[in-house]
Amino acid sequence: MTQSNERKLTIARAMAEAIAQEMRTDPGVFVMGEDIAALGGVFGNTRGLLDEFGHDRVRDTPISETSFIGAAVGAAQDGMRPVVELMFADFFGVCFDAIYNLMAKNTFFSGGTFKVPMVLMTSTGGGYSDAGQHSQCLYGTFAHLPGMKVVTPSNSYDAKGMMTAAIRDDSPVVYMFHKSLQGMGWLGTEQGASVHTPEEDYTVEFGKAKVVREGRDVTIVSLAMGVHHALKAAAELEKAGVSAEVVDLRTLVPLDRDTIRASVAKTGRLIVVDEDYHSFGVSGEVIASVVEHDISVLKAAPQRVTSPDAPIPYAREMEAFFLPSPAKIVEAWGRMKAA
Amino acid sequence: MTPSKKQLHWMYETMVTSRRFEETIEKIYLEGKQPVFNMASGPIPGEMHLSNGQEPVAVGVCAHLEDHDIVTATHRPHHEAIAKGVDLKRMTAEIFGRATGLSGGRGGHMHLFDAKVNFACAGIIAQGMGPAVGAALSRKMQGKPGVAVAFIGEGAANQGAFHEAMNLAALWKLPFICVIEDNSWGISVAKKDATSVPRNDVRGAAYGVPGVYVGGNDPWKIFEAAGTAVARARAGDGPTLIEVETFRLAGHFMGDAEGYRPKGEKEALFARDPIPAMRKRLLADGTADEAQLKDMEARAEARVAEAIDFARSSPAPAPEDALTEIFA
Ligand SMILES: Cc1ncc(C[n+]2csc(CCOP(=O)(O)OP(=O)(O)O)c2C)c(N)n1
Ligand SMILES: [Mg+2]
Repeated sequence: MTQSNERKLTIARAMAEAIAQEMRTDPGVFVMGEDIAALGGVFGNTRGLLDEFGHDRVRDTPISETSFIGAAVGAAQDGMRPVVELMFADFFGVCFDAIYNLMAKNTFFSGGTFKVPMVLMTSTGGGYSDAGQHSQCLYGTFAHLPGMKVVTPSNSYDAKGMMTAAIRDDSPVVYMFHKSLQGMGWLGTEQGASVHTPEEDYTVEFGKAKVVREGRDVTIVSLAMGVHHALKAAAELEKAGVSAEVVDLRTLVPLDRDTIRASVAKTGRLIVVDEDYHSFGVSGEVIASVVEHDISVLKAAPQRVTSPDAPIPYAREMEAFFLPSPAKIVEAWGRMKAA
Repeated sequence: MTPSKKQLHWMYETMVTSRRFEETIEKIYLEGKQPVFNMASGPIPGEMHLSNGQEPVAVGVCAHLEDHDIVTATHRPHHEAIAKGVDLKRMTAEIFGRATGLSGGRGGHMHLFDAKVNFACAGIIAQGMGPAVGAALSRKMQGKPGVAVAFIGEGAANQGAFHEAMNLAALWKLPFICVIEDNSWGISVAKKDATSVPRNDVRGAAYGVPGVYVGGNDPWKIFEAAGTAVARARAGDGPTLIEVETFRLAGHFMGDAEGYRPKGEKEALFARDPIPAMRKRLLADGTADEAQLKDMEARAEARVAEAIDFARSSPAPAPEDALTEIFA
C-alpha cells in the first residue's frame, strides 16, 4: 500500500464508522447509552450517529443501567440488534445481573430458541489518574463468565472489523476498548493504535489471535494497550540482541489457544502482559493454555506483567508503580533469563 | 425556620471558601495541560468536577449538621466537603495526590474520606445512597444521635440505588435525608430528557415520605427546607426527600466543551450567581456590613491559599504504598 491511500482512523472513529455502516443496512441496529447522542460518547465512539440517524435510533438514556441494559436484552430477543454503551467497565457493578444472568444465559436457558444479538461496549484502563472506580480493565471478570463473547481491539483496523462482526453476531458480545488507544486528545493517545482502516465494511473473525511481531527467543502475549507496551519492550529487547515475538489476543472469548501454543512452542519462553488484576484472570489463563497442553516446550518459568491485586491508586507515582509498562516487560525478561 | 446572623455569616464565608477553592483548583489543574490538554498531565491529574454555582445546597444543608452527622457526596464533592468541615489542607493534598492527603493519595478528588466529620464520597452514580441509609440505621440501632444526608445529582435519581434506598429508609423510618442537587444536566443529557417527571420531589410520595422542592438556588430557602428535614429526622419521624434547583457554572468536568448547552445558558446562569446575590442581600438587610464581608472573603482566600501551599509543599507518596491499606 502506498502512503497516499493510507486511511488512518482513531479507534473511536473506526467504531463509529462500523456502527453507522451496519445501521444503514440493518434497520434493527440501534444505539443507546449515556451521552452517546449529542455528545457522541464520552470517548467519541458514537460521533456523527445522531446527525445521520436521529433520536429514534440513537438514544441517550437516563443513568439507569439496570433498566437499559436489561431492555437491550429484551429488544435483542425481540428482533433488534442493540449496541449499548456504558462508559466505563467499572460501572457494570450496578447492573451486572442483566449482563451475566440474562444477556449471557438466555440463549442457553431457552435451548437456543431465544437469541440475544447485542453488543455491549465499554471503556477500560487507567494511566491518567482516574483512580479506583474509573481505571479498571476487568477483562478477566467478563471473560470468566460463560455465554458472552469478549473482544479487546488494540488498533483501529481490528476495532472496525470487530465491531461489524459483533453487531452481526447472533450472540452477545462485550466490546472493551482501551481509553489510551481511543484517540481522544484529552487522554493522550497511543499513536500505534491508529492504523490503516478501509472505508468499506469488513469483519475481523473472533477467536483468531495475531502475531504482530515475529521473534525467536520469547513470546509476549497481550491484549489492547498491553500489545503496544509489548511492542515497545520488544524493540528495547532487540537492542540487547533478544528477539521477541508479540501475540495480540484480540478476542478473549473465544480465546485462540492454538496461536499461543504455537508461538511458545517456537520460542520456549512466555511473558503475559495484562493490565487487569494479577490473580484469577487472563494472564493465568494464557499460561494454563500452554502448560496444560505441553509443559515440555517451556525453557523457563512463564512471567506475568500485570496490575497487582489491589485497587488502582490515584497518585501518579503510585499508578506508575502499579500499571504494566514496557520497562516492566524488559525486567520480566531479565528475571526469566536469570532464572 | 430562618438562619441566624451567625449562621448566615458562616454560610456566606463557606460559599466563598468553596468558590475560591474551585477557582484556584481550576487554575492549577490547567498547569501543564496547555497548549495540549491531556488529563494525565500537571500537578492535578485525572478528572475534575467543579461545584461552582452549587454552593447554596451545601451550606443550606450542612448549616444544620454536626460533626457526628453523616454525609455522603458524589463525584462533585468539594462544596459539600468544605461545608461539612472536611480538613481542607488534607483534602487539597489528596487532590494533588500527596502523601499528606486524606488517604495518602490513594483516592483523589472523587474519593475524599474524612472520618472525623463522617464524610465520604464516590464516583459511581447514586453510590452514596446505600451507605448513608446504613449509617442512619446504625445510629438508630445503637441509639446514638446522628442524621445521615446523601447528596446526589438529579441524574442519580433515575438510578436503582436511589429508589431502593428511599424505600428502605422510609420502611425503617430512619434518620435519613436525600438531597438532590438539580443542576439540570447529567453530563450532556438534560433532566427533561432523562427523567419521567419534571421534579423529583413528587417521587417522595412513592415512598410515603415528604417530598420538598426548593427553587431559585437560594441559601435561605434551602436552609429552611433542610432545617425541617433535619428536625424531623432527629425527632425519629423518618426520612425526607429534598430536591434543590441549582446550576453548575462550570462544565461537567474540566475539559468539557459544553457544546450541549443551549446558546446563552451560561451567560444567564452567571447573571444568577448565588454568591454575589447573597452578598447583596446580606448588605441590604443589614445582616453584614461591607467590612465584615471583606473580612470573610479575606479569611476564605487565606484558608484556600494555606491549603494549596500545604498540598504543594507536601511530599509525593511512596509508590509502593499503593499496596498498603488494602485490608484492615
Ligand atoms: C453507574 C454510573 N453510571 C454512569 C456514570 C458516569 N457519570 C458520571 S457523572 C454522570 C452524570 C451525573 O449526573 P448528576 O447525577 O445529575 O450529577 P452532576 O454531574 O450533574 O453533578 C455520569 C453519567 C457513573 N459515574 N456511574
Ligand atoms: Mg446533574
